[in-house]
Amino acid sequence: MKLTLHIWRQTGNKDKGTFETHHLDDLAPDMSVPEMLDHLNIQIIKSGGDPVAFESDCREGICGQCGFVINGHIHSPESHTTTCQTHLRSFKDGETLHIEPFRAKAFPIKKDLMIDRSAFDRIIESGGYIGVNTGQANEANSTLINHDLAEKAFDAAACIGCGACVATCKNASAMLFTSAKVNHLSMLPQGAPEAAQRVKNMIVQMDAEGFGSCTFTGACEVVCPQSISVFNITEMNGRWLWG
Amino acid sequence: MLNSRIPAGPLEDKWTNYKNKAKLINPANRRRYKIIVVGTGLAGASSAASFAELGFNVEVFTFHDSARRAHSVAAQGGVNAAKDYQNDGDSVWRMFYDTLKGGDFRAREANVYRLAECSMELIDQAVAQGVPFAREYSGYLSNRSFGGVQVSRTFYARGQTGQQLLLGAYQALMRQNAQDNLTLHTRHEMLDVITIDGKVKGITVRNLDTGDITSHACDALVIASGGYGKIYYLSTLAMNCNATAIWRAHAKGALMAAPSWTQFHPTSLPQLGDHQSKLTLMSESLRNDGRIWVPKKAKDTRNPNEIPENERDYYLERRYPAFGNLAPRDISSRAAKERIDAGCGVGPMKNAVYLDFKHAVERLGKEVIAQRYGNLFTMYQKITGMDAYQEPMMIAPAAHFSMGGLWVDYRLMSNLHGLFVLGEANFSDHGANRLGANSLLQACVDGYFIAPRTVMDFLAEETPEALNASDSFEQAAKASKDEVEKKLNALLNIKGTTTAEEFHKQLGRILYTKCGLSRNGKDMAAAKSELLELQQTFYKDLLVPGTEKDINFELEKAFRVADYLEMALLIVEDALQRQESCGAHFREEYQTPDGEALRNDNDFCYVSAWEYLGNNKYQLHKEHLNFEFVELQTRSYK
Ligand SMILES: Cc1cc2nc3c(=O)[nH]c(=O)nc-3n(C[C@H](O)[C@H](O)[C@H](O)COP(=O)(O)OP(=O)(O)OC[C@H]3O[C@@H](n4cnc5c(N)ncnc54)[C@H](O)[C@@H]3O)c2cc1C
Ligand code: SF4
Ligand code: FES
Repeated sequence: MKLTLHIWRQTGNKDKGTFETHHLDDLAPDMSVPEMLDHLNIQIIKSGGDPVAFESDCREGICGQCGFVINGHIHSPESHTTTCQTHLRSFKDGETLHIEPFRAKAFPIKKDLMIDRSAFDRIIESGGYIGVNTGQANEANSTLINHDLAEKAFDAAACIGCGACVATCKNASAMLFTSAKVNHLSMLPQGAPEAAQRVKNMIVQMDAEGFGSCTFTGACEVVCPQSISVFNITEMNGRWLWG
Repeated sequence: MLNSRIPAGPLEDKWTNYKNKAKLINPANRRRYKIIVVGTGLAGASSAASFAELGFNVEVFTFHDSARRAHSVAAQGGVNAAKDYQNDGDSVWRMFYDTLKGGDFRAREANVYRLAECSMELIDQAVAQGVPFAREYSGYLSNRSFGGVQVSRTFYARGQTGQQLLLGAYQALMRQNAQDNLTLHTRHEMLDVITIDGKVKGITVRNLDTGDITSHACDALVIASGGYGKIYYLSTLAMNCNATAIWRAHAKGALMAAPSWTQFHPTSLPQLGDHQSKLTLMSESLRNDGRIWVPKKAKDTRNPNEIPENERDYYLERRYPAFGNLAPRDISSRAAKERIDAGCGVGPMKNAVYLDFKHAVERLGKEVIAQRYGNLFTMYQKITGMDAYQEPMMIAPAAHFSMGGLWVDYRLMSNLHGLFVLGEANFSDHGANRLGANSLLQACVDGYFIAPRTVMDFLAEETPEALNASDSFEQAAKASKDEVEKKLNALLNIKGTTTAEEFHKQLGRILYTKCGLSRNGKDMAAAKSELLELQQTFYKDLLVPGTEKDINFELEKAFRVADYLEMALLIVEDALQRQESCGAHFREEYQTPDGEALRNDNDFCYVSAWEYLGNNKYQLHKEHLNFEFVELQTRSYK
């Protein structure tokens, strides 16, 4: 199969960046998008050019490392799917694809499709944990957690930290990411003692990182590969207001 | 020369005895000692956080852009612990025995026992961190069973157990990073170990964003860099997994143990074409309800649904009636290869077998199957475009886990003074074959519970010096930086025509066909010369674009492939030397009449530990395995 790519090239954060066009033949519908870029890069390298910088690691949709915008779709034209789990059979033979990085003020572009998502790490650092040292834990079954609550906590905990929620939001808000972690920990009995500080500290950090505010459009949930629910945001707001 | 330092006493008391005697450092003095940790997977993150909690001065390096992306994140199935919550007869002893037997009696008894002993505490720790393990309606923790055992001791968080455990460790790490005694460096790759008079004193790293090369001093170095199964190119590992950290330590004197013991996972998705960069694992739990078969007739091209029951060969059920589709990984993978080699493989490349849910759907209904495996069926459809409710899945064995790694003693310290190796990077607990759900456990136990004791015990005898680097360190660091620069420049300056990725693919092909699921002397001799030739071509024809002082993924890959090329030769050497079959190491010359592995306890009851001599030359050292508490038995799952 054949595709034409308009792919974002930007040498560094200060560079303005632009689209560069490449024609690819010999593609297979079973290829994933990163595999297509591997193929493109070999072609570029062999003709003496500078390969496209892009990141991906697990290529299974779990590490959160990949993520580009393809024809305006965050991650993928498929719903709830990471870029690495998107295969060329999702496109038509002969189609033209625009591929560019996730864009948000808090995620500066490093090079081409690579972005800096360390703001997420700093949000976690500010309170996204349960303050237990190694060795302090009590017997696992001495804390009973109802099945439904455990499942609900898992739903929130499943976030892969990819940043798609931020990239799709017109305000570049990180509320879905932040609320998922706040709720995962605070709804569990183990995380309850720190719940009040946690939500406060994480929201303060989120704002300090330059993420926008949430106007509750629900766009984030639509692109989230783990289908994290927007109700997490409502729930977090509740925790913030009423402790 | 190899002293495993196993503490005296009965098996059940060894770890307690060790802890009782281990030396301590006064809390106020701990911050004068600097520990460097390489890796933020389960082993690295958990140890680093624990060291910092104790008050040591910790510096952590990972090549990932965030600690949360380490490959532990991809583990699906679960983590084992001998809690015996199911009252089904589990115990520390049974878990120890299952693990030792699963590893075909090629691991150290004392280490394996300690793994089982510490397993319970790990579940407690993870729950306290907020890991949302599956629960019953009553609120108690749920368990399931995994290949190779007859009890239910596996704890799981849907199909994302590794992710949830890693997030627990990552959050503990980030909590310490916010405080004074831990500093995390992301996007930094360790490229050299600095030794002075045979003692490890620091590392040299490259900043992957700027290309800057810097050296860092330490009083103890912990390498937790994960597995190297990616050497086979196509594997279930993440794209960036590599052996450079352990290989560089090896080149500086650390012994490499059993490098050829790689586990091939039986339920990966098969390779579909040449473009493929990795193989996706389908959880082994599918084998609880799916039945594995191939057509009886070779080269049968019929659609699977058109093949009648009496023309199907359910070969695992036929060969291993007691365990059937749940036979251990090495055995299941090999049985698949045997059928594929006999021409009965299925799929476009004839390299797969069927995993069929037809009978399970008939027995339990589609709804139950969807409840149990719905997410896996969706994932299968996403990747292959096929519907596993309508036709059987296609699966194939794939390189998955490295039992081999740097040799360590009971303290997890290598023969190199001051170097500790944790998690998949070491050779310690799994022998010649790892049981499912035991490696998340090992990575965690190494990091949370063992290293904090043993590293402190070690440091207590050392004078802290890393924080005021001496002249001799500065000199050694300069030499190390120069060497790294020289190597990087050499790779950049070849300016040939073939990319690192292309070399890696060729390397993988040689290893898969000649030193993979099964091996024989003749093929391996051929592999050796092919590998030597490939290595020579690599240094003549490698093409790396760009410069050293920029983000340069091709340069990163080239450095890793250069190390992989050396390691591949040792892998073949190791497999050639071991003239027996054991666990995942199947030498075709050594098998029983019915095709099972034929172990040779008289001549090979040892761990092969290799010393690096340079120029693709290695010296073998043997650690003899003494079985004091169990009797060696032939593994049978029939
Ligand atoms: C697909 C898959 C599924 C699995 N499922 C299970 C399961 O269900 N149960 C189970 O028990 N086990 C499972 N395993 C095995 C298990 O996940 C791993 O053995 C374990 O997670 C390894 O953890 P680790 O901490 O040793 O290494 P990793 O998690 O691989 O971490 C390695 C770290 O080292 C860093 N690093 C490496 N080299 C360098 C360097 N040179 N410089 C700087 N940093 C470096 C990396 O950035 C990373 O942070 C699975 C494995 C795979 C591949
Ligand atoms: S909430 Fe969803 S979209 Fe946002 S970072 Fe997490 S997984 Fe990605
Ligand atoms: S590469 Fe890991 S989620 Fe896409």
